[in-house]
Amino acid sequence: MSNSQDPVWRFLLPSFVFVGVFSLYPILESFRLSFYRMILTLPWLGQKFVGWENYRDLITDPVALGSLSTSVIFVAVTTPFEVLLGLAMALVLNESFRGRGWLRAIVLIPWAVPTVVSSQMWRFIFNDRYGLFNYLLFGDATQLYWAPLAEPGLALMSIMAADIWKTSAFAALIILAGLQGIPGELYEAASIDGASAWRKFRHITLPLVKPALLLALLFRTIDALKVFDLVFVMTQGGPADTTNLLQFYGYKKSFAEGMIGYGSAIAVVVFLLSLFLSVLYIRLLGTGLLGRERQT
Amino acid sequence: MKRFAFAASVAAIGTLTLLPFVWFVLTSWKNAAEINAIPPVILPSFHWDNYRAAITRYGLLHYIGNSAIVASATTLISLAIASLAAFALARFKLRWARSYLMLLLALSMFPQIAIAGPVWRLLNFLDWLNSYHGIVAAYISLTLPFAVWVLTTFFQELPYDIEEAALVDGCTRWQALRLVVLPLAAPGLFTAAILVFIHAWNEFFFALIILTYPALQTLPVGIALFPGEYTMPWGEIAAASTIATLPLVALTLIFQRRIVQGLSAGAVKG
Repeated sequence: MSNSQDPVWRFLLPSFVFVGVFSLYPILESFRLSFYRMILTLPWLGQKFVGWENYRDLITDPVALGSLSTSVIFVAVTTPFEVLLGLAMALVLNESFRGRGWLRAIVLIPWAVPTVVSSQMWRFIFNDRYGLFNYLLFGDATQLYWAPLAEPGLALMSIMAADIWKTSAFAALIILAGLQGIPGELYEAASIDGASAWRKFRHITLPLVKPALLLALLFRTIDALKVFDLVFVMTQGGPADTTNLLQFYGYKKSFAEGMIGYGSAIAVVVFLLSLFLSVLYIRLLGTGLLGRERQT
Repeated sequence: MKRFAFAASVAAIGTLTLLPFVWFVLTSWKNAAEINAIPPVILPSFHWDNYRAAITRYGLLHYIGNSAIVASATTLISLAIASLAAFALARFKLRWARSYLMLLLALSMFPQIAIAGPVWRLLNFLDWLNSYHGIVAAYISLTLPFAVWVLTTFFQELPYDIEEAALVDGCTRWQALRLVVLPLAAPGLFTAAILVFIHAWNEFFFALIILTYPALQTLPVGIALFPGEYTMPWGEIAAASTIATLPLVALTLIFQRRIVQGLSAGAVKG
């Protein structure tokens, strides 16, 4: 359908260039670098081909394995929370009540706050002496105050809480779009048949909103692998490497320590993990599980 | 009873969403004694000193300037490239259009660490580290997949007949895009622009590794690396954070409908 004056490639070329140079080439290059040993900031020292050595190091490095399991725990805890909270919020936002427009706008605020800002904010809230968290929990009993960000178990939970606050709204948006696609007649018919609110939820809402829930879950899972800002600002991976999420560990190795070969091996593992998840996601979209285009 | 439970859940959502941020904003108006008070003081004495210090001592305006330049340049260029691509994908009936869209979707999902090392080396090779064009180039590649998706969705929803008439009258494709499609798609372009701008304004990871000169750093880097080894200047951090967030909260409250529409176009539609 192209005519000779303005062929297709002219419209697509700029996007091809950017995608090729800044996305596809770097991914392939990450694979290549993961088989070399080199220092990022001292390239003149040369790059030495070391085969699978970086990967062998990776599976015997307790910090890397810890980082992987921390990431898995992070994903396993935050995503169900975010989807359930998102569902709860979406159910409320789907009702009509006075001030709904306001609440819908307010719910978007955590999404709009820069992650660095929300990281500093939660770091302050979890402060061991004058943080809001301690105050709400213990009030004036200052001798009981905790230092959540300095204690191995609590630090990860604090970061999870910050993530859940920031991203549940996004899950709510996806789920709300799903709820709005459910035809109102179904509920009317059920009411005429005398169905209780719970039965309507169980037999109409839940089955019909399931695709949106799955979508929100996958979306959040993929995003949870990208968490970096929270760790960088709140804990720098500590205490005792208990909050070393994968993206942060990769950064630390590649950029803070300059071990770009080893860092690339981490990058490849993270890449393969998210590739698997995004293929799953695209399949889900492709099967038309979401039904027809919905009105917004 | 039922109405009470509902009102309670509305209140709970509002409070949990707003309370942490409101607390931080209140902190920005407190003086040092109020910030360091144990247990905390709730209401501030509404000082503006922290804002003054953030601007004069920590160069806040400078970071804001950098962020504004980087985010605006990213938005303009990314949307220009994305409109061209989206026009071709929506209108040229290419057999591989869907495959290309899927590739873009997949690319937008990969963690930045997967490309960070090579991108850094590439920019270093071009001598583009610590430059506006270096960070903007990286941001365009980050935002392009999303922009192409949203715009393709919007372009597909436009009626084809006006454009067809223009083509019959001897318009080139390029003129059809410029004179017919873009004006008609203005609301969609605007929505995509808001979302790309917010993304670029908030981005931290690439900014951290690409911009190491304080003179060029953007707001998120400035806020994350706020100086303070032993005592954190929380009042100033809160003030800087409030200023960094205000434009976004304003955008969100004003354009709430568009943002929701744009996000669902990017995330939900297949």
